[in-house]
Amino acid sequence: MKIKVDMQKCQHYGQCVFEAPDIFKLNDQDKLEYTAEADESQRANVEAAADVCPMQAIFIES
Amino acid sequence: MNDAIVIVGASMGGLRVAESLRRFGYLGPIKIFGDEPHLPYNRPPLSKEVLADEVNHDAVAFAIRDSIGEIEWMLDCPITGIDTSAKTVTDKHGHKHNYSALVIATGLSAKELNRLPEGTAGVHVLRSLDHAINLRKELKPGAKVVIVGAGFIGCEVAATAQTLGCAVSVVGSGNVPLNRPLCEVFGAEVMRRQQEQGVKFFMNSGIADVAVGTEAGSPKVSAIKLVDGQQLDCDVVLFAIGSTPNTQWLASSGIDIVDGVHTNNSMQALDLSGKVVPDVYAIGDVARFTNPLFDGLARRVEHWNIPTETAKRAAKVIAAKFVSGEDFELALAEPFAPMPSFWSNQFEMQILGYGSPALATASKLIEGSLSEEFVFGYYRDDKLVGVAGIGMKNALLSYRMQMLQNQ
Ligand SMILES: Cc1cc2nc3c(=O)[nH]c(=O)nc-3n(C[C@H](O)[C@H](O)[C@H](O)COP(=O)(O)OP(=O)(O)OC[C@H]3O[C@@H](n4cnc5c(N)ncnc54)[C@H](O)[C@@H]3O)c2cc1C
Ligand code: SF4
Repeated sequence: MKIKVDMQKCQHYGQCVFEAPDIFKLNDQDKLEYTAEADESQRANVEAAADVCPMQAIFIES
Repeated sequence: MNDAIVIVGASMGGLRVAESLRRFGYLGPIKIFGDEPHLPYNRPPLSKEVLADEVNHDAVAFAIRDSIGEIEWMLDCPITGIDTSAKTVTDKHGHKHNYSALVIATGLSAKELNRLPEGTAGVHVLRSLDHAINLRKELKPGAKVVIVGAGFIGCEVAATAQTLGCAVSVVGSGNVPLNRPLCEVFGAEVMRRQQEQGVKFFMNSGIADVAVGTEAGSPKVSAIKLVDGQQLDCDVVLFAIGSTPNTQWLASSGIDIVDGVHTNNSMQALDLSGKVVPDVYAIGDVARFTNPLFDGLARRVEHWNIPTETAKRAAKVIAAKFVSGEDFELALAEPFAPMPSFWSNQFEMQILGYGSPALATASKLIEGSLSEEFVFGYYRDDKLVGVAGIGMKNALLSYRMQMLQNQ
């Protein structure tokens, strides 16, 4: 599956991190880093992360 | 089972119930009733981006996934009554709808000041998209704006309006803004940073009167008189003085609606004697539920992640009853202790918090420095019950973990 975060919208709150820690993390500067390609087994976690993103900045593209 | 699962409230909470029911395998009919004409949209941008930019519903609408399947959206169609023994709800047209399970997700309404002449211009509250669009029209550069209420919404609108070039005054009842959700020291720092940007604060105060003049023959607000006699001339007033649960339609249902809908830890609605009302659930801002993360007291939680958490919980329990054949009692007994999370954007400040600082009996700065980035810890009987800070998001995340482990 392909994941995209709209970095114009993202405010680096890190709410996605606790729903899908294998995909999203905050780096040492408290900025979001994420993996754009993930295994299908991550879909439920990534959907949960998209749900809890306050800025609704996470898009699942396929 | 042929009757639909009926969800009352077409906002984030209602949408998440429907999505979760599908995820847990429910394929039957779902009807969602909404008071507003809009499909579900995200409210936090209403005090920020929606006031600053000419955006409409598209910019804040929640994405609705295909996996949600067929849903009957009944928008602009509030529910006005319920009969829990016949298992029906009545809509504004007088039509009755049967339910197999009912989920109450009607949220809150902003408190208004009722004593003003009907249709007084320049007076606002902020809860819905339509409110935000109306307010936006008046936030012109140079406009004198008074915000009554120094909570999160008041402070956020103050920052947005000041940035737009308005002259903003905030009137609040405590020593500092945000003292209740964040404590005095934190609130004082927020106030200092807001003042640096030009926002004026009138604290330990309140309004004695609202002066109404006329413009083009209709009433329009002209000034706010404070309890100490000061007068603040204004073009626009926003009342951000709290909210009340939308439970009027449940008035004669027997459900305990003393302060929101009382539920147990499985989101099942309770009657006044504390007994479960069969197949009625409540979630989101309107639900007053127990959370073993803290204690056994039922509370309403007005934080954005709670509608999603409680929606998933209710959907799982409902699915156990109607779909999976999974043991209903087992589903009810599953632990549910959602960690509240909240944030607020004001000027350059990004405030973020976890847990429930309002429950604390003591608080202290535990990381960073007050004038830059920092974390406050909130304690009840020496136990950490909340953290909040400005910046320092990784540090806040690790305290969140710590609170989950300490449960
Ligand atoms: C301006 C604003 C800014 C916010 N900012 C933040 C923030 O920065 N951070 C944060 O953590 N939280 C924030 N929040 C809080 C967050 O938005 C709420 O917690 C969340 O919207 C609650 O969702 P809900 O689905 O429970 O209720 P609501 O979103 O209130 O939805 C309830 C829906 O039910 C409808 N309804 C009511 N009665 C009936 C009826 N009888 N029949 C049919 N429909 C009915 C209502 O019209 C409404 O559409 C903010 C809220 C507002 C208003
Ligand atoms: S939850 Fe959303 S806003 Fe926060 S870091 Fe993740 S993508 Fe960015």
